[in-house]
Amino acid sequence: MKILRFAALFCAFSSPALAAVDIQTVTSPGGIQAWLIEDHNIPFMSLEIEFRGGTSLDQPGKRGAVNLMTALIEEGTGDLDSQGFAKARDSLAASYQFDSGVDTVSVSAQFLTENRDQAVDLLRQALTAPRFDQEAIDRVRGQVLANIRSDAKDPSSIAGRALKEMSYGDHPYATSGDGTEDSVNALTRDDIVAAHQAALARDRIYVAASGDITAEELGPILDNLLGGLPEKGAPLPERAPQNLKPGVTVIDFPGPQSTVLFSQSGIRSNDPDYFAAVLLNEVLGGGRFSARLMTEVREKRGLTYGIGTYLVAYDQAESIMGQFSAANANVAQAIDVIRSEWARIATEGVSEQELADAKTYATGSYPLRFEGNARIASILVGMQMIGLPADYPATRNDRVNAVTMDDIKRVAARLFKSDELHFVVVGQPDGLQTSP
Amino acid sequence: MLRYALTTSLILAAAPVLADDVTTFTLDNGLDVVVIEDHRVPAVTQMLWYRVGAADELPGKSGIAHFLEHLMFKGTDEVGPGEFSAFVEAQGGDDNAFTSWDYTAYFQRIAADRLDIMMKMEADRMRDLQLLEDDVLTERSVIIEERRQRIGSSPGALLAEQMRAAQFLNHPYGIPVIGWEHEMAQLSQQDALDFYRLYYAPNNAVLIVAGDVEPEAVRKMAETHYGPLKPSEGIKPRVRPSEPPQLSERRLVLTDERVSQPYVIRTYLAPERNAGAQEDAAALAILAELLGGSGTTSLFAQSLQFGTDPIAVYSSANYDGTSIDNGSFTILAVPVPGKTLEQAEAAMDQVIADFIEKGPDPDDFARIKRQISASEIYARDNVGGLAREYGEALTVGLTVDDVKTWPQVLNAVTPEQVVEAAKTVLDRKNAVTGWLMPKEEVSK
Repeated sequence: MKILRFAALFCAFSSPALAAVDIQTVTSPGGIQAWLIEDHNIPFMSLEIEFRGGTSLDQPGKRGAVNLMTALIEEGTGDLDSQGFAKARDSLAASYQFDSGVDTVSVSAQFLTENRDQAVDLLRQALTAPRFDQEAIDRVRGQVLANIRSDAKDPSSIAGRALKEMSYGDHPYATSGDGTEDSVNALTRDDIVAAHQAALARDRIYVAASGDITAEELGPILDNLLGGLPEKGAPLPERAPQNLKPGVTVIDFPGPQSTVLFSQSGIRSNDPDYFAAVLLNEVLGGGRFSARLMTEVREKRGLTYGIGTYLVAYDQAESIMGQFSAANANVAQAIDVIRSEWARIATEGVSEQELADAKTYATGSYPLRFEGNARIASILVGMQMIGLPADYPATRNDRVNAVTMDDIKRVAARLFKSDELHFVVVGQPDGLQTSP
Repeated sequence: MLRYALTTSLILAAAPVLADDVTTFTLDNGLDVVVIEDHRVPAVTQMLWYRVGAADELPGKSGIAHFLEHLMFKGTDEVGPGEFSAFVEAQGGDDNAFTSWDYTAYFQRIAADRLDIMMKMEADRMRDLQLLEDDVLTERSVIIEERRQRIGSSPGALLAEQMRAAQFLNHPYGIPVIGWEHEMAQLSQQDALDFYRLYYAPNNAVLIVAGDVEPEAVRKMAETHYGPLKPSEGIKPRVRPSEPPQLSERRLVLTDERVSQPYVIRTYLAPERNAGAQEDAAALAILAELLGGSGTTSLFAQSLQFGTDPIAVYSSANYDGTSIDNGSFTILAVPVPGKTLEQAEAAMDQVIADFIEKGPDPDDFARIKRQISASEIYARDNVGGLAREYGEALTVGLTVDDVKTWPQVLNAVTPEQVVEAAKTVLDRKNAVTGWLMPKEEVSK
């Protein structure tokens, strides 16, 4: 009964007292917009740039072009070859990362205040005038092919590929943005140049900065850095189909465990019910140890080390996905538990206490996210990509708190379809076959 | 751009030298406390580090330190099973724990005004853990699944585990932190409680509080919550069986049908950082950076990955010396299709031999020094990382001063010291070389 004493103490806290997040919107003299959080405590800044489109801009037969192009941005520019560029960057102690995803090509950079202009200038050359030397193309192509070969024998990647293929028809989302061994081997320098023109353009750019820089200083940097990019890129992809049918797919793979990915249709991030969906997912399979699936599959039954579910929102498709690994003997039981929890939340919703806990978690953790210049810049760009206003952080927790029990019941019934779930099992599970 | 086991040398990331950001004190019962101030965000990270890990386990009980780490979330006389995490999560915080050979640590990141209650709860489970037999058995299944997921499902992890066992002829660093599966399956509630009662005590712990806090307020809270806890009588100096001279190179081949990308990896036994004497370790950290720290400009990269007939798609070198006893120096190469593991290994050995003969390129050396200086600035952006760096250092016998002076020690390293370190440490008698290979296709 001593437990109650602590429980009473817990209730003394309701809403954490956390500072406001002060986002400035900046428009450069040349018309490029950016969001900024100034913080002059540490003499460096983080800059995050995203170009919408990403690997989904690959042309038919050229799968992997945007991915390979992105990996080649740091492989030389002007009179600097790969090594010359790396040495110049490291001498400035700047860092630049270039990544491609299904919907974006992203650039994450950090510059010291003491040599910011030089570091920005070097990044500008790389972004606007990469050399794409044949030597670098072949070398980096070899690395991409090594990744493709590794993924071919990685159970999570195998499961992910199978799900995509079943879900998205002939849309680019249906295949890996890395491409296949054949498609990547066939890419030419001209394909890389075309991918660069298609993906890195000013009509699809989102920018955020955080750290030791003012709004006045940021504008000219943006013009210098990005003004030389083409104005227009390739058309963005259309809406993707959702072809996933209910069932189980077993893919044979050796090992003591099976890796399981499961999915059903999802919800758009601009849907009025989105926050209710976020809270429901948090209760069912969110990142907390106290989420229902963690409790049922791990804590009570010891069937897995970890299980989680996620609301996946691509630009042109949505799904709810989940993942776990379990001993081959236990997979079928774990799947039964998931199906039954899926059905339970759809019909019963959640308890008052679960909703309250999910809300305090969602509202309490939100302001804690804004730590560190790199993290902040990345969050600010993400907000712009999904169309949120700059004052969103001030209202976001109110929106979470405004979700009612009625909303939860309605959205739970609308969202969770236990008879829609498709499980992809990569392993040698006992008593499970592909069906239907 | 490749996803392999080795990460870049985190050891080069250096802590801030701003002395007034870091405050230390020790409570009467022996608990060491470090406060790292960062007032940018009203959040705080509490980390409680115990000076005990897998290398302190009794023979036959491998995995008990990590098993206990899991069981620490199963409740006390005041907090029910699972309620610890549920409380943190209901506040919007995150909590977790991790175990290594030399330490076990528990942490929460939460709004700064919740520090007092977090300390109360962390102090509560330092001495008052209560376990139910059913919870223990279920959790044992969880850690066995964890082993299957992290190790059993990864040929690279299996090879690393075998290599470690071969590297240490006598020292318990040779056992896996998670445990050998046959021993994990036998671990009992009593094993966990024995380990807990002996090692979980204020005089065997380091408390790190990092974030939007004032040192005086932290001291008062720590005295209130941790102050009344009784020290353990059984804490002894951490003297483990040590390595005899290693006279013979060891070589392992692991073949597995799940391997798609063969590679060669070698670990050398290396000296570790020691309190007041970090020079050898610093030279090794810089050696790792020169040999394989960058996929473009390092010596391995230039020699193996560039040119008209490259041998490798990826190569790296890494030094890990933040440990009580021996550290390790690791090199790795992933051959391009058509090249063999033998060729990749020979190429790395040639680079090492050339380096010992010619020494570092002055420009490379200067650039790495420049990055070390800058890393002091970037490191300040990640207060959670700083908390981890101090906790790790203090539980392996280093001091706060050693952490603060590490950047200067790195900066003072000379080219001659790096060559000397390479000569001494990169000796194959001290090394284990592993080849990871796909299983030969058998025609049916």
